[in-house]
Amino acid sequence: MVLYTTLSSQFKQYLLSLNKVAAKRLIQDEFTGDNAFQLIQQIMMPALENIGKEWEVGSIALSQEYMASNICEEIVNSILPPESPKRRDMPVLGVATLGDQHMLGKQIVASCLKASGFSIFDYGAIPVDELATNVVKDAIEVLLVSTLMLNFAYEVKSLRNCFNETGISTNIIVGGAPFLFDDELWKQVGADAMALDATEALSKVYELTGVVE
Amino acid sequence: MSDEMTSMERVLAALSFKEPDRVPLFHMLTIYGAKESHVSIKEYFSKPELVANAQLSMQQKYKHDCLYPFYYAALELEAWGSESIYFDNAPPNSGRPIIDDFGDVLSLEAPDVLESSGMGMVLETTRILKEHAGEDIPIVGVVMSPFSLPVMQMGFGEYLDLIYGEPDIFSELMKVNKKFSVQWANLQVQAGATVICYFDPVSSSTIIPPELYRKTGFKVAQKTISEIKAPVATHMASGRCLPIIDDIAETGSAVVCTSVLEDLAEVKSACAGKMSVLGNLNGIEMIRWTQQDAESKVKDAIEKAAKGGGYIMSDNHGEIPYQVSEDVLLSISNSVRKFGKYL
Ligand code: B12
Repeated sequence: MVLYTTLSSQFKQYLLSLNKVAAKRLIQDEFTGDNAFQLIQQIMMPALENIGKEWEVGSIALSQEYMASNICEEIVNSILPPESPKRRDMPVLGVATLGDQHMLGKQIVASCLKASGFSIFDYGAIPVDELATNVVKDAIEVLLVSTLMLNFAYEVKSLRNCFNETGISTNIIVGGAPFLFDDELWKQVGADAMALDATEALSKVYELTGVVE
Repeated sequence: MSDEMTSMERVLAALSFKEPDRVPLFHMLTIYGAKESHVSIKEYFSKPELVANAQLSMQQKYKHDCLYPFYYAALELEAWGSESIYFDNAPPNSGRPIIDDFGDVLSLEAPDVLESSGMGMVLETTRILKEHAGEDIPIVGVVMSPFSLPVMQMGFGEYLDLIYGEPDIFSELMKVNKKFSVQWANLQVQAGATVICYFDPVSSSTIIPPELYRKTGFKVAQKTISEIKAPVATHMASGRCLPIIDDIAETGSAVVCTSVLEDLAEVKSACAGKMSVLGNLNGIEMIRWTQQDAESKVKDAIEKAAKGGGYIMSDNHGEIPYQVSEDVLLSISNSVRKFGKYL
């Protein structure tokens, strides 16, 4: 465990210096064939979450977080292929932007979740009605919504109303620029939770579903 | 001193680090004019006179110190062949990117601004405003920086991949974009803009680290700003600027806009004598402010930044959201007049 803490900070440094080769080698060296989740949870996610925390306080830039989450997603795919049956025991997650064409937030959230071993449904920018139909069809337990424009942040309210009217109990976690500038907005639009940073999405999912990490 | 300077005198005094009669205020109103004119946002931005009239009547109503002929960021992309997406209560967004493949950059040419009907309308609005305002009220023109424009040209993730992975193609793109931005800025100056707001949020430390900025956005800004024939304000659209404040001063900017995520007093002191500070009211939170909130936020900003001039109050993004109430805008104006007087 102590060893993993050291490795995690080493891994973080590789991510920040965009040294993909070294980051990948570090994980490959520890990989025994059946410890993928352990490596994800004890080396990779702590590094990513750390980067996310530093972004929140302004000491790291978004571009670094974007590159880091991309690298992690790629490494995880090499030790835990997307079709791995192990990915199926986890809560079913979806990501969406409710029509907002700004995709970067969603892309980072999706990378972070994939890097934590989740399979996710990516609904892109489809509008609320169509999204609700898909959420039912795919039995989504938690929907993560990312919006950059305020008008699409308000669409979460329509989504929540639509869920209420049709008896859908899926949880909604929101994030994106408008929510960073008004810390009341997530409640106002009827979300179940918000996170300041994409790397926090995971712990919010665990909190809402009661699943232990 | 009494409140009898013209807006231009007030702003110029502040920019030369002197204390005018009171703190200057910029309400950066864009789509808000459509609400003022009771028309849809799409119709509003199709008639340059409508925009000019709304700017003038809003300036009378809120008694703030600028006119703002800026329409919306995606308008620049229209000149490159992209179509904007309109909404009922929000600024238009850029549609499909015009660069699908990094290779496309090598054959990319800057469009001639004079051939773009949308940008022609902004120039027309600027001319009308100049006719009315003369030398009394500053007219704030806007350009997207050559460094921030690519987010709309190719998508954000793709652009970050380009910056990190393809430095040669990146610098080709900067050359093309610089030509476009400079022409656009100078045409606005010719039409009557007093100052050019250089929107460059990709340079902000929220988006890229300072070391990368110094190698990229900074150099682009330095070259571009040196060719703009008016004072320039660098605007980070509510992204952070403190870690790169000295560099921004070296780009030739006279003003920098700071984010509500940063401490205004700290930014003001970091800028001392080098640049004036614009900002940093939270436009998004403003939607649910009461009039008392407005008053206390204004007071707070004045306490932190007004002393010695070099400060203009505004929202931190360069655009007041459609949903903000008129009462709050009026409260901000009244509070600046009440608490922003210099003795
Ligand atoms: C850079 C920038 C620009 C650039 C690039 C924009 C782009 N992406 O296309 C340029 C100059 C082009 C620009 C233009 C405009 N912009 Co702008 N811009 C910004 C800025 C500084 C950063 C935006 C960004 O893309 N960040 C990257 C994304 C990924 O960050 P993020 O959404 O915050 O995501 C992070 C977290 O929030 C979290 N997260 C995101 N989603 C989710 C989801 C979940 C579930 C979780 C848990 C977490 C999470 O994770 C990410 C990091 O880990 C912001 C202000 C700011 N300080 O954030 C304004 C901002 C986004 N812009 C804004 C606006 C309005 C515009 C314009 C419409 C202005 C205009 N009138 O034209 C145009 C639209 C351009 C277009 N595309 O058509 C507003 C939007 C809110 C509003 N008022 O509606 C903002 C918020 C400014 C403000 N304070 O009001 N802009």
